[in-house]
Amino acid sequence: MGIRFILMVNKQGQTRLAQYYEWLTLEERRALEGEIVRKCLARNEQQCSFVEHRNYKIVYRRYASLFFLVGVDNDENELAILEFIHLLVETMDRHFGNVCELDIMFHLEKAHFMLEEMVMNGSIVETSKANILSPIQLMDKAS
Amino acid sequence: MGSQGGFYQSKEFLDLVKSIGEARSKAEEDRIVLNEIETLKRRISEPDIPKRKMKEYIIRLVYIEMLGHDASFGYIHAVKMTHDDSLLVKRTGYLAVTLFLNEDHDLIILIVNTIQKDLKSDNYLVVCAALNAVCKLINEETIPAVLPQVMELLAHPKEAVRKKAIMALHRFYQKSPSSVSHLVSNFRKRLCDNDPGVMGATLCPLFELIARDVNSYKDLVISFVSILKQVAERRLSKAYDCHQMPAPFIQIKLLKILALLGSGDKQASENMYTVVGDIFRKCDSSSNIGNAVLYECICCVSSIYPNPKLLESAADVISRFLKSDSHNLKYMGIDALGRLIKISPEIAEQHQLAVIDCLEDPDDTLKRKTFELLYKMTKSTNVEVIVDRMIDYMISISDNHYKTEIASRCVELAEQFAPSNQWFIQTMNRVFEHAGDLVNIKVAHSLMRLIAEGFGEDDDNADSKLRSSAVESYLRILGEPKLPSVFLQVICWVLGEYGTADGMFSASDITGKLCDVAEAYSNDETVKAYATTALMKIYAFEIAARRKVDMLPECQSLMEELLASHSTDLQQRAYELQAVIGLDAHAVDCIMPSDASCEDIEVDRDLSFLNDYIQEAIEKGAQPYIPESERSGMLNISNFRNQDHHEASSHGLRFEAYELPKPAVQSRIPQALIASTEIVPVPEPMYPRESYQTTMPSIPSDAGSAELKLRLEGVQKKWGRPTYTPATSTSNSTSQKTVNGTSQGDGASTVSSMRETYDSRKPQVEVSHEKQKLAASLFGGSSKTEKRPATGHKAAKASSHMVEKSHVPKSSMEVASDKAASAQQPPDLLDLGEPTATSTALQLDPFKQLEGLLDTTEVASAVNGAPAASISPDIMALYVDTAAGIHNKNDADLLSGLSNPSVTNMPGTTAMPQVTQSSSKRPNPKDSLEKDALVRQMGVNPSSQNPNLFKDLLG
Repeated sequence: MGIRFILMVNKQGQTRLAQYYEWLTLEERRALEGEIVRKCLARNEQQCSFVEHRNYKIVYRRYASLFFLVGVDNDENELAILEFIHLLVETMDRHFGNVCELDIMFHLEKAHFMLEEMVMNGSIVETSKANILSPIQLMDKAS
Repeated sequence: MGSQGGFYQSKEFLDLVKSIGEARSKAEEDRIVLNEIETLKRRISEPDIPKRKMKEYIIRLVYIEMLGHDASFGYIHAVKMTHDDSLLVKRTGYLAVTLFLNEDHDLIILIVNTIQKDLKSDNYLVVCAALNAVCKLINEETIPAVLPQVMELLAHPKEAVRKKAIMALHRFYQKSPSSVSHLVSNFRKRLCDNDPGVMGATLCPLFELIARDVNSYKDLVISFVSILKQVAERRLSKAYDCHQMPAPFIQIKLLKILALLGSGDKQASENMYTVVGDIFRKCDSSSNIGNAVLYECICCVSSIYPNPKLLESAADVISRFLKSDSHNLKYMGIDALGRLIKISPEIAEQHQLAVIDCLEDPDDTLKRKTFELLYKMTKSTNVEVIVDRMIDYMISISDNHYKTEIASRCVELAEQFAPSNQWFIQTMNRVFEHAGDLVNIKVAHSLMRLIAEGFGEDDDNADSKLRSSAVESYLRILGEPKLPSVFLQVICWVLGEYGTADGMFSASDITGKLCDVAEAYSNDETVKAYATTALMKIYAFEIAARRKVDMLPECQSLMEELLASHSTDLQQRAYELQAVIGLDAHAVDCIMPSDASCEDIEVDRDLSFLNDYIQEAIEKGAQPYIPESERSGMLNISNFRNQDHHEASSHGLRFEAYELPKPAVQSRIPQALIASTEIVPVPEPMYPRESYQTTMPSIPSDAGSAELKLRLEGVQKKWGRPTYTPATSTSNSTSQKTVNGTSQGDGASTVSSMRETYDSRKPQVEVSHEKQKLAASLFGGSSKTEKRPATGHKAAKASSHMVEKSHVPKSSMEVASDKAASAQQPPDLLDLGEPTATSTALQLDPFKQLEGLLDTTEVASAVNGAPAASISPDIMALYVDTAAGIHNKNDADLLSGLSNPSVTNMPGTTAMPQVTQSSSKRPNPKDSLEKDALVRQMGVNPSSQNPNLFKDLLG
């Protein structure tokens, strides 16, 4: 399993989306999010986009006020995860149009649906934006 | 906004999101959420809630959990929602359930039925939703309930379903390999799926299968290579492209698989060389994803059977990574270097300065990665510098997790490469002092053994010097407050054994210190036990030396306390101490010979010394011994220990004594001797009892040590990890070998080879002296050095020599190219710095701009969308601007940043269709205005208290 969790956190450290690919209790999640968000937010832009934390490696990228953090295993290709984050943002951008923090907040389930298409069992399974978005577009039409 | 249709949202929901978004602190957020919990608890159980409303409630529950509060009161409603007919509602229900429940939750049983039904649905989207849930919620027990349906879906006409079905099967395999072991062939079949998406997904389970059992999949090498070749040749649909790279994620997965399959397999590797070489050549090294693929190529090349050409390409890429300005690339470079030096160690040398830069970088991530590299390239010649640095770093950090890791690495390196015992002990002291409670207890044991065994040479003088210095350093360290328990155990043991050995310190000095330790760490029974045993040894040595023993008052009170201790172990030790003090000098000398911890303990497994006794007993009519296997019933064993004295009793006593020699023999081993074995003195409650005298002949005395059989195979590799290697061990990784008491320095002295390395370069350019020094000490002993035959010098000498030589400047070539590279370096795509180009636009009143945008929309989309996008308040644009802004100042096109910079420079054809497509799909400025309107409606405006939120909205 490559990806352990995906978090979106704004620069005040507030969670905007959290998806875990292994089970953690509410308390564990809270603690983990607090720790890594503190770590990542304290870093400046010249520093690596990677942070080691316990057994995880966090790959993160900032878009405007939103941080995208992906926790991965140690043998994952960090640059590829960085690109995955970008792909995710591009996909959301294609769907929402100029995606921003509020889009994700108002359409939390849609952001999750996109992730469900892209990642299963902690592995990246789909990278074509058309394929990722088509079920969501179909659902939009149907309802 | 366009996407809002179909996603009904009430004012209430908007208000909630708004207030969460505006919360200024965690406390405020918590208050909002707690309030929300109260509201929902009331509302959600009302009858006849319309399903759209219910869907919204469920999403509000998701919010509650996401923000760290318990929403279990609503789980059941999420479960119910999965039954709904509406796809959107159903999928939201499934989503909520997967977020809330783990696979062992009681409610899962209610969902399995729904999942079963949905897997049979005609609507493939319903099937997909159910398969998503399967991947998250099915545990080992429920696998059989859905397995047949999932298997059927593997042949579903829709590729999306096949893909998810394969992943569901993957999940089953992860959860319980045995339950699907007969089905793994399906993964192979799906590899040939017509749809690249399904094929790509299949690589995930295949990777795991291959990682577990490489040999069963060797036949697939050809297939994987041919798929990779086709992918690299752009045979897949453009939809999978990322920044002009054809299906990079599939390429990376394939390279990972090839790395596994080619590892140590020349034949398989040869099939891969061409395609990997092609990728090296084709990869666009200016994009992030291109570099990701290149990095994966390096990993693959360093894992498969080495190929010189590929190694060269890999080395080229690594040097480009290391010379890059981007920290991310440096990080990858260091990591890749660590992989490659295993195969070609000489490559590290040309990057020494880059590595040192990374080591000294303030970025902690980079630093750690570099320490990892140093760890991999440690040799006997550079161990001192590296371990020293590591310890310094270890002291400076507070993260226990990483501290433990780095401490154990220090210990491992020190054990393996220590140039001298003195250094080893000093290093260990530092590690123990700062991370003592984090290291493995075995480390403490090997340190004790080292001190006991000394240099292993026939140099008693050096040994005792070593011990004296250890004793001295420990007495000093004892002054420090709060030492780790493990370290105290070592200290007590050493003080007990050698505290008074050289006559520098009197018994009362040492015993006083030991009492202090026992008192100061009175909660730690292990330390107290060590201290007590140490006290006993000191007193025993005093008695044996026929000196008068004066027990200090504090020692007496300590003993009184321990005699009444709740711990039976401590009590026993105290009683033993009392007993020993009462004995005469000769007896004590026999029980506790001084400096005998290293003597061999010969266990006479046959108990031959009892032969006469047995003979006598049999003659008197006793039954002979019957082995356990031949015995019928178990006999009373409670009094077997007394058999020596009760030979008359005719039943079974005998065989117990013969059969279980271990407890009996161990009980006869004096404490001091036990210490040198793996078992450390602590929990050794059995102590000399009346029978010890029977074994006296086998107890070696101090004086007779020369004639004794030394346990050579144990001493052989003093610091090595496998602590007791057999005598045949030929490992040359340790710097010293002890064979029959003589030591050989091995691979250590390097003076001439050092010159060879450095004289070939012209010393011209001045590089910072400090760095040179470090570089020389780290990289000085290159691989050539290691190959040199051992010359018998001490490693320590070699390394000190290296420091002298360290002023030799570095090759001018390298420095020059370094500079050139930094000048040429393309702008860093990964740099997510605040926008530079757009910043002026952002400072203007966003509203004015937005209004202006309406007019320009048409022009913008007609031309190339650049003006619109450049001002468009867009997360993407922000990202783009750093890259695109620097790279091509005129072109602030949104899409140019999304795609590769090379596109940026290409106006017209390539960029155009994309632009028109996207602008027709989403009229950016209009969208923004709608958002703006929404925000106003919600009462947020630029001057409100949450400027950040607003800023997000408008870029």
